[in-house]
Amino acid sequence: MTKLTDLTIAEARDKLAAREFTATELTESYLSAIESGNEALNAYITVTSDIARAQAKVSDEKIAAGEARPLEGIPLGIKDLYATKGVHTQACSHILDGFKPEYESTVTQNLFDDGAVMLGKLNMDEFAMGSSNETSFYGNVVNPWRRNGSDTALVPGGSSGGSAAAVAGKMCAAATASDTGGSIRQPAALTGTVGIKPTYGRCSRWGMVAFASSLDQAGPIGRTVRDNAILLQSMASVDAKDTTSVDAPVPDYESFVGKSIKGMKIGIPKEYRVDGMPAVIDQLWQQGIDWLKDAGAEIVEISLPHTKYALPAYYIVAPAEASSNLARYDGVRYGLRVPGNDIVEMYENTRAAGFGDEVKRRVMIGTYVLSAGYYDAYYLKAQKVRTLIKRDFDLAWENGVDAILTPTTPDAAFAPGEITDPVTMYLNDIFTVTANMAGIPGISIPAGLNKDGLPLGLQLLGKPFDEGTLFQVGEVIEQAAGRFNAADWWSK
Amino acid sequence: MSVDLNTVKRVAHLARIKVSDEQAEKMTGELNAILGFVEQLDEVNIDGVEPLTSVVEQTMKKRVDGQTDGGYAEKIVSNAPATEDNFFMVPKVVE
Repeated sequence: MTKLTDLTIAEARDKLAAREFTATELTESYLSAIESGNEALNAYITVTSDIARAQAKVSDEKIAAGEARPLEGIPLGIKDLYATKGVHTQACSHILDGFKPEYESTVTQNLFDDGAVMLGKLNMDEFAMGSSNETSFYGNVVNPWRRNGSDTALVPGGSSGGSAAAVAGKMCAAATASDTGGSIRQPAALTGTVGIKPTYGRCSRWGMVAFASSLDQAGPIGRTVRDNAILLQSMASVDAKDTTSVDAPVPDYESFVGKSIKGMKIGIPKEYRVDGMPAVIDQLWQQGIDWLKDAGAEIVEISLPHTKYALPAYYIVAPAEASSNLARYDGVRYGLRVPGNDIVEMYENTRAAGFGDEVKRRVMIGTYVLSAGYYDAYYLKAQKVRTLIKRDFDLAWENGVDAILTPTTPDAAFAPGEITDPVTMYLNDIFTVTANMAGIPGISIPAGLNKDGLPLGLQLLGKPFDEGTLFQVGEVIEQAAGRFNAADWWSK
Repeated sequence: MSVDLNTVKRVAHLARIKVSDEQAEKMTGELNAILGFVEQLDEVNIDGVEPLTSVVEQTMKKRVDGQTDGGYAEKIVSNAPATEDNFFMVPKVVE
């Protein structure tokens, strides 16, 4: 018999409606899975069993009354970056020690309003700064995937490493995540899961701990393309509390899943073929091209000439915005306070003790590039380059391209401690960061395994607010590639 | 452009992060590696290019010019390390 924790959201939803099991039974299955598996994976930093059980009970009542909402009784993990009322919310930083918000983020509120159940808060890189989940104050997350015949721990990617590992490890049906430079898509690729970063403005950022406000966007990580469509449907909304959230109708995303892609024009950007990329990535990319061609899509080579400048421009814009967003952590209003002889020393001591090395590095870079005399040379120039990156994509859309296919990451999961040089770590986001810089949506879909048996992902980039097309094309890849599950070694 | 030890110490102070001499030394190398990486942007011709201020073209929404929220000071201070009568408490700042 299939375990309840193996079901996709779509399957669980249908079986709950058919009364094959109750929401309480489903939630209990996940709580047991967390109980037996979290010690090995460290995906959850807090488990909210009481809240989950209470929400599941309400879901069972709703289902019994024939009033089931779209996500009724679906157990989710919530990234620690989302403010959840009365529950641990620290973006996995020491500086937010003990912080329990008095309010709920718009995205989590939307999910709860649609009947979702919260299992707990998920580990992540501190303030979402990292690509391996090694910068969390709560320790590394371990990838459920291992190399064939090896028991070496691997990273799940980052920053949404807890979200990706919990989904791949069957410790939630799906999870919320967030993406500033690749933090949904890169971990999804490294764990054999599906994750979408929607268009900037599609989801409200209210109640999400801010990293880089012009780049941050909420999104889901789940097992399938369809599950991503179902979740985004609930997460997306216009919100008076976030003026950058866009007042555009949320389409019926699930209706795109399974639609033919015949006649669609898929762009293949030659600039994403980079030196030193393992042959398997190139093969996988070609495989993806063939799948889409077989499904009736027209493949066209395109050029996005400013691609290589996206990452350096990002490492000016993101730290600059972070240095200003993180100025609020001063030991006065919330979290950690380390005393000093005067108020300035208190600030300095608090921030020295509260921030990890990667966060300090980025705040320092941001402070430097925004400091007097350097603004034009760095920040202003980066924002101009950003215009050119966006223009590259605009041109592709003007030429009739419906979506762009690329690899998600330059390689598969690696071992913790394997990458110690910050710039080398940053290169993990080389294919994903362009979407954030241009504000466009991007989805990562597992597409195959490398010779070590580790999952790899393909990325689809789309027009602004055209997430529907990404689900439509993404489903074709998922159907052709099949789904990938890690063999369970982590459950006790 | 690159930074020296004194610049790193000055930036750390601007960022209100206490660093030891040893940490500042280490940071100098790391920050220079990052600044070296972003130097690639010098290759790009940005003549006549406007900086991107918003990825989505939309008119900035404005709320009504009035009190739209508030009246819960005790919630605002509930997470603070030190408070008194709904005020945040800090070390003495005026002699």
